[in-house]
Amino acid sequence: MGLLNFLKKIEPDKKESPFLHTLYDGFFTFAYAPNTVTKGGVHVRDGMDLKRLMVHVVLALQLCYVFGSLNIGHQHFNAMGMYPDFFDAFHLKIAFGLIQLIPIFIVAHIVGLGIEFWYAAKKGHAIEEGYLVTGALIPLIMPPDVPLLWLAFAIIFAVILGKEAFGGTGMNILNVALLARAFIFFAYPTEMAGDTMANGKEVWVAGFEYASMADKTQLSQYGWSHGFFDWIFNGLGWRTFGEGGTAIADGWTGATPLGLAKAGGWAAVTEVYTPSQMWWGNLPGSIGETCKPAILLGAAALVAMRIASWRVMLGMIIGCAVAGMMMNGFTSGSENPALAYLQIPWYYHFYMGSFFFAMAFMATDPVTAASTNTGKWIYGIFIGIVGLVVRVMNPAYPEGWMLAILFMNVFVPLIDHYVLESNMSKRLKRA
Amino acid sequence: MSNKINRFILLFLFLNLAFSASAQSSGGSNYLFTALAAIVVLIILGAVIMVADNLLKIEARESGADKSGENYSLFPKWNEIFGSSAPNFVDGKVHFLKKGHDILLEGEAAKTKVTSSNVTTYAVQPQNFNGISPIPKVVVAVGDEVKAGDILFFDKKRDTIQYVAPVSGEVIAVNRGAKRSISEVVILADKEMKYKSFDAPNLADCSREDLVNFLQSSGAWPFIIQRPYSLVADPADTPKGIFISTFDSAPLAPDLSFVVDGNQAAFQKGLDVLGKFAPVHLGLNAKGDKPHAAFTAAEGVSKHWFHGKHPAGNVGVQIHHIDPIGPNSIVWTTGVQDVITIGKLFTEGKYDASRMVVVTGAEVAEPQYVSTYLGANIEGLVKGNLKPAEEGKTLRFVSGDVLSGKQTSTEGYLNYTDDQVTVLEEGDKYELFGWLLPLTPRPTISGTFPNGFFPDLKFQANTNTHGEKRAFVVTGQYESMLPMDIYPQHLMKAIITNDFERMEGLGIHELAAEDIALCEFACTSKQPLQSILNEGLESMREQ
Repeated sequence: MGLLNFLKKIEPDKKESPFLHTLYDGFFTFAYAPNTVTKGGVHVRDGMDLKRLMVHVVLALQLCYVFGSLNIGHQHFNAMGMYPDFFDAFHLKIAFGLIQLIPIFIVAHIVGLGIEFWYAAKKGHAIEEGYLVTGALIPLIMPPDVPLLWLAFAIIFAVILGKEAFGGTGMNILNVALLARAFIFFAYPTEMAGDTMANGKEVWVAGFEYASMADKTQLSQYGWSHGFFDWIFNGLGWRTFGEGGTAIADGWTGATPLGLAKAGGWAAVTEVYTPSQMWWGNLPGSIGETCKPAILLGAAALVAMRIASWRVMLGMIIGCAVAGMMMNGFTSGSENPALAYLQIPWYYHFYMGSFFFAMAFMATDPVTAASTNTGKWIYGIFIGIVGLVVRVMNPAYPEGWMLAILFMNVFVPLIDHYVLESNMSKRLKRA
Repeated sequence: MSNKINRFILLFLFLNLAFSASAQSSGGSNYLFTALAAIVVLIILGAVIMVADNLLKIEARESGADKSGENYSLFPKWNEIFGSSAPNFVDGKVHFLKKGHDILLEGEAAKTKVTSSNVTTYAVQPQNFNGISPIPKVVVAVGDEVKAGDILFFDKKRDTIQYVAPVSGEVIAVNRGAKRSISEVVILADKEMKYKSFDAPNLADCSREDLVNFLQSSGAWPFIIQRPYSLVADPADTPKGIFISTFDSAPLAPDLSFVVDGNQAAFQKGLDVLGKFAPVHLGLNAKGDKPHAAFTAAEGVSKHWFHGKHPAGNVGVQIHHIDPIGPNSIVWTTGVQDVITIGKLFTEGKYDASRMVVVTGAEVAEPQYVSTYLGANIEGLVKGNLKPAEEGKTLRFVSGDVLSGKQTSTEGYLNYTDDQVTVLEEGDKYELFGWLLPLTPRPTISGTFPNGFFPDLKFQANTNTHGEKRAFVVTGQYESMLPMDIYPQHLMKAIITNDFERMEGLGIHELAAEDIALCEFACTSKQPLQSILNEGLESMREQ
């Protein structure tokens, strides 16, 4: 009880310093479940609250975080022709990944939570937990070498315009994390397209520039934090960052499977990546979306805990599969190279890109998804269809799920409206 | 059963025919033609079956045969194949309700013995009756002697409905609450009950008017509650049905089969009386043991079996599945013990408001059934039967169950329709990381707790909110707790935004606060659903 008494003693005055009080309240309720009792309604309440809900989504993301950190490091070394085996120099890869990931994570939280706290203090309500999940999702859908300033801009845009303008957690129409991603995508299109060597900045593989691709000797400049790890690794007698890797690997292109597929269909993809490589996630991409098993385990946990809607997930799989089969069906037998992307077997669409991540963590956001069970099916199926259509048929966008989900977010009120209308007309008919 | 088998055989035959037809046509080498022909044959056969199926259903509907709930379709229903089968004491169709949740709490009363109460004071509380004017006309004064059945007060708006004394004795207080409203009329009971004698009309040949007048003047009328809005019924109305649930599925609720034991004749008489107004529907429990013969062998009523978790025993849920309330229809409901009181007016000529009350909860030393009268004092019910007091532990006394009961205190009285007292611990303590790592088990519907692995674990729940109020975030949660074709979350939003058309369309008329109490329990955002619904019903009634 000593801690409780101490915390009670340092509580700032609500009137004098509302911001400090909001901040205090946020951290206090994080440490202690409040002592409020039920009044006026039920006498016993479920042990579940929004904090617990949100933190379980964050827990479900942890495998993606672990794999993401490793993969950042692996892609970095792989691009330089070092440690080609995934688990080679594990310590270097994970250290490199963490050095890359942790600043992204910190910036995402400081900027987002800062806005959240400020609005809570301004409006005089408690800090709502929505950003716990948003803040955990945003780093995972960013490219590993995303400049932190872009990230901060994107989050400011998404949280203020996407959420606070609508009234905070529970009121937003569009998925906040996806809005941040969309901001980066549209504000820095050439870098995000993933197939531009000419532009000089490679965001999809951390730690090197294209600038000196011509002489293939450009080694990324390691910073002081790498030096610190080198000191430790040196002491342990392990390999260090500074020991080699001067040339960019021959045949390394840095292209993503989707970029390749656009250019030459499945044949072009498999020249560079094997299906199992794409499944296990050993390739460049957004930090958290490459490893399908890690995502699917998280999704299974969410469904088992009844946090995320299995209807949306299954609907998306069905929608994507049906759209893929239709594309296959209409183009089967054609030799036209322009149709090569449409001819990719429908099940391989699940291997490429970020379908599963969008399905498990983006589409199932309860606030922006349809709120009726029938609506969830419609919502999920349409995301599947629209997303694949955008991915395959629209030359401007390499990936479709972000746009499809945002698009369907906008249609959610309409879907729910018709579901409710049918319920209402059924009731009126009966009367 | 044989019906079901017949249907399977029929389906099998049709399928066989279809396959053999397609097999015979495969003489040619053109696969496409064969496949198309097979599809066409299947479609034609399917159409024939569909038409036959529909004709059967139409015939059943027109002859009225499907009213019993028997499936007259050619196809077995989904739950006939995969659903749980009804226990063998059930004679008729069972409504299997999949949604809902049973909150298992410690402190269930043993069904062995009934102790007689040492309650000395009883009270009738005008505020228990929805829609009554806050200051009813009290006709007794402090110090008056009353018999059981003597009038205490009446509502000035509807002065024919009398509210009477449940026990004989001396009126010792007329307490007032906020704005001088009458909160309770308290009677110090006699040791030996004295009853006002009533001359009940003969059921066989009395008119509806006589019956109404008798029930109003004898004090039995307020037992009849109208839905929607849960008001004391208006004698001028003609309800389309009277619904009585014969089981209570709420946490720690009394077993009505145990309660009704010994009063079978009075219960049947009460049903006969109600049957004079409208068809009476009994909701029976198809889960667990066979209900008491008073329910299963009741005459002159239609019986409906329900199988499911709480709130399957709520009369509102049962009405929804039997004959839903529309915006312009009215039904009446009443309780099992109320029916017995009505019956005894006719069998014994007296207003006998004796009640079997169950005293439950984790803080009760020996949870038990207590034989007492309507409106008993809480202190008298729990006296000497609480667990020893502990430092820093306060208790909450609830008249009713933990979901829809009202908070009261030892000085308080049981509410008019309640037959349960629950005593539980107040949860007014801080809990370190209580939201993340709860150290004490707690009831929940969430899969984030390991409760699913211990389905029979009983909880020592307290009244902590386990979190703070938030905006609606989670969807589909309320729907999974309410076995009705209603979208509670959207209804709540319609109420909050005062959208009357939507409230009506989304079925506010079918709900009472007790029906969504479980949704409120489960709510992740800790929203006060019952009070939102009550506000909605109130503003709807004013319209």
